[in-house]
Amino acid sequence: MQNEWPLWEVFIRGQHGLSHRHVGSLHAADAEAAIRNARDVYTRRNEGVSIWVVEASAIAASSPDEKGPLYEPSNDKVYRHPTFYDIPDDAGAM
Amino acid sequence: MTDPLFEFLCRLGDNTLVLGHRVSEWCGVAPVLEEDIALANTALDLIGQTTMWLNLAGEVEGAGRDADALAFRRDVWDFRNLLLVEQPNGDFGQTMMRQFLFDAWHVLYLTELEKSSDARVAAIAEKSLKEARYHLDRASETVIGLGDGTEESNARMQAALDRLWPYVGEMFDSDAVDMDMVAKGIAPDPGTLRPGFDATVNPVLRKATLTRPESDFAHRGGRSGARHSEHLGHLLTQMQWLQRAYPDATW
Repeated sequence: MQNEWPLWEVFIRGQHGLSHRHVGSLHAADAEAAIRNARDVYTRRNEGVSIWVVEASAIAASSPDEKGPLYEPSNDKVYRHPTFYDIPDDAGAM
Repeated sequence: MTDPLFEFLCRLGDNTLVLGHRVSEWCGVAPVLEEDIALANTALDLIGQTTMWLNLAGEVEGAGRDADALAFRRDVWDFRNLLLVEQPNGDFGQTMMRQFLFDAWHVLYLTELEKSSDARVAAIAEKSLKEARYHLDRASETVIGLGDGTEESNARMQAALDRLWPYVGEMFDSDAVDMDMVAKGIAPDPGTLRPGFDATVNPVLRKATLTRPESDFAHRGGRSGARHSEHLGHLLTQMQWLQRAYPDATW
């Protein structure tokens, strides 16, 4: 018998219009309990308007070993990085 | 005779104060981190509600006492909380069963108090109700999860229910204070809340595969202050120690 509750990853949307951000993880018996626990552990100071929880085992993740093949080829291709534009102040954060 | 409104406000404030202190006793020693944080949040909610009720009680009394003076400078016989909330924590299941039974009543009572003719009472009830609804939701799910869990968790929850059930009846008692509040439109007659309580509690107990005790025998004397259980005095020695040893200490 498994005595440990499953691990859940918690995502919270801070304001309308923003996307959910990963804030941490916690243990809970099921999804509903995970949302209640997330409310208590992560949203006591008015941080969120919406909570997502995902069982950690359901997340497919890239391996740190593949860092080279996955990301490095883009580093020497400066044209992929739009750093040559002057952004007008009026445009705000991009 | 004491002002009935003062009595009434002390009952509300003492319920949340004593239960809040009880729940805070779990801080740092709950079975898992997530429950530890949730219990501490619940305790803080209840103490926050206490501050509002007892400050209003002090204002109504007009003798210069605020919430701190009422919480830390009264002795057992002046407390007006239900016997249910002063019962010891027991195991985690017993704590959650006590919370569930209290929350089921608290939500109903606060819902009625939102309509109070006294705007100050209505405002505190409105603020408290959001917290109480969440407490009830959390406690209900825990009672169901543990009741309909393993053989051991089921046995512990049934034992908790059997032990605490005799403290349910007091929540629905009415006396002269209540009748005065009813006459002034400030608060409902607690007796009228029983059907709503049963409608909240019965489905949860069914889902939790727990058997509701048949006897409706009720211990009484908490809300009237006539006869608290021996547990309240021990709780107060902990809670009031600092103000008793060092009166007016601040930091």
